[in-house]
Amino acid sequence: MITFMNNSDSEEEPCNERTSLMSAESPPVPSYQDGLQASEAGEAQAHRKRRTGGSRSPNNTADGDMSDSGVPVRESALENEEEELTLKYGAKHVIMLFVPVTLCMIVVVATIKSVRFYTEKNGQLIYTPFSEDTPSVGQRLLNSVLNTIIMISVIIVMTVFLVLLYKYRCYKFIHGWLILSSLMLLFLFTYIYLGEVLKTYNVAMDYPTLFLIIWNFGAVGMICIHWKGPLQLQQAYLIMISALMALVFIKYLPEWSAWVILGAISIYDLMAVLCPKGPLRMLVETAQERNEPIFPALIYSSAMMWTVGMAKPDTAARRASQQTWDAAEDGRENHSSPSHANSQMSERRSPVPTRPINSFEELEEEERGVKLGLGDFIFYSVLVGKAAATASGDWNTTLACFVAILIGLCLTLLLLAVFKKALPALPISITFGLIFYFSTDNLVRPFMDTLASHQLYI
Amino acid sequence: PALGLFLFTIARDPLRIIILIAGAFFWLVSLLLSSLIWFIAVKASDPRDEPLQKGLLIFGVMFSVLLQEAFRFLYYKLLRKAIEGLVALSEDGCSPISIQQMAYVAGVGFGLMSGAFSMINLLADALGPGTVGIHGDSQLYFLTSAFMTMVLIFLHTFWGILFFHGCEHRRWWEITAVVVMHLTVSGSTFCNPLYVPPLVPSYLLMAIAATWAYLLSGGSAQNLRRFLLCKS
Repeated sequence: MITFMNNSDSEEEPCNERTSLMSAESPPVPSYQDGLQASEAGEAQAHRKRRTGGSRSPNNTADGDMSDSGVPVRESALENEEEELTLKYGAKHVIMLFVPVTLCMIVVVATIKSVRFYTEKNGQLIYTPFSEDTPSVGQRLLNSVLNTIIMISVIIVMTVFLVLLYKYRCYKFIHGWLILSSLMLLFLFTYIYLGEVLKTYNVAMDYPTLFLIIWNFGAVGMICIHWKGPLQLQQAYLIMISALMALVFIKYLPEWSAWVILGAISIYDLMAVLCPKGPLRMLVETAQERNEPIFPALIYSSAMMWTVGMAKPDTAARRASQQTWDAAEDGRENHSSPSHANSQMSERRSPVPTRPINSFEELEEEERGVKLGLGDFIFYSVLVGKAAATASGDWNTTLACFVAILIGLCLTLLLLAVFKKALPALPISITFGLIFYFSTDNLVRPFMDTLASHQLYI
Repeated sequence: PALGLFLFTIARDPLRIIILIAGAFFWLVSLLLSSLIWFIAVKASDPRDEPLQKGLLIFGVMFSVLLQEAFRFLYYKLLRKAIEGLVALSEDGCSPISIQQMAYVAGVGFGLMSGAFSMINLLADALGPGTVGIHGDSQLYFLTSAFMTMVLIFLHTFWGILFFHGCEHRRWWEITAVVVMHLTVSGSTFCNPLYVPPLVPSYLLMAIAATWAYLLSGGSAQNLRRFLLCKS
């Protein structure tokens, strides 16, 4: 019944993650004019970009396809206008998130389509002990629901544990945990992945070369994620980690359990972030109270954060009126095997929110980016990857899920612009994705197939 | 070509990318609904009755076309509202993107999605081994599919422009013309696998639509000449 992964004596398990997309602002937002239209304006303002001046950090944080005009922002005393400026989760930010999510999904889909390993059923994780090879539908459904319950409860326990640790300031423990988990992810999973890819393409590689490559990859990754590094490299590493994690999920979760888990996780996310006693919300609020950044290596940020020349992020130096920062956080812990009693990994990423503003008269503002939790990446990719792996309509379904997730992300960012506080990023996107997956697979596919066979065009 | 359009004109501006994806989404939803209807119809009917199935298919296609146009209209409405929001929020009181650009992008969105859905399984299969038309079907299957898809993508783009323009200026005849054109193009594909009837009129219609959209967008023969001769 319970089978372990066949390639290691310890079952690593990505256990839980909390995802939320968040933006926090210290001064309460009094009134924005046209609050309703402001929601539409979430899509706007591509030309409102603040350029970072002064301190040296890469100005360009957008990934790629942004041509920034870099209009320096006027220093305005009006509260309203500052509100307006801070409403700029504009199109640019959306794109800054689109690109990495798209990249992650592309990597996952490409791997799934080409490497056979990830679609073979080689066992299940210990967190989903019930098998789905049962003869009857009811039994299978029951098993998947039970699997889901177990998984979600594990996630809840891990999250609460993390929040407690954070509350009682056991930072060292958390950091150690994170480092361990990212170590494991970077080295072990990469090794497996590389091995499978090489196998698929029948490329021979000797062990020393392999060791060298993996060592370099892992070491640079550790440095980039937990310490300082060029922003794009950091982002690239995070994307790769998310993709690897998603691949592991896709491989080791049985079919129906995966879908039910996706649904349950989005509900859990919704509750954990929005309910007053939700663990994620408490984490975020505690972080805000202490004016600290949330942990590194759990969050993907699209904007620059390193304050060079400062010992630690000097949040107190921030101007009171410019407190808007968006942070999204995601905790993802991995359970290690029973052999290490409870060493859990989690990746986190520190979103050091904003650099302090040097002068009031100068036209400098920080580049404010939007942050998205890594767990969001992972689950989006799991959805799309599962669609690519199991749907018989192949690419149509994958494409439909992809568009659905992107639209969900758009809507979430829109809501973020309206509500200006931590929001769960999973529910909307996953709901859309699930709806589109099931409907495309069952409804659209026969339609398109018949159309294509007669070569009719609609 | 559609991808080229995308890269050169849309990828620069993030707002346009969003509108593009939203357009694709709307097309997808319309496809979903139409296939739902078709599916229900098929399930409710007799699967062994061949002409009935064909008839149902035709009905499905027509219905889908109508639904697509309806969704284009809905999308237009949404974009109108969005423009008001953009205007209110911008500094100088005018929107960063005009309705015509939106029309263009929306059209491309629709087109890309429909093209992708039509072609991508074909492409995936084309990578694998096999011979085209081994059972006596035409050997030009892939080629004609490619051309048809391309013309459809372009048509969607132009229809987008025409449609939005018609809605803006309340010229109902423009809108009906778009719908009729769409129906014609889809209908002509019923004559497949004879390839002449669908392809030639479609390209003609595309040329007509192209010139019409160009003129609507403010171009003129003079502009064209200037552009081609690279005058300043």
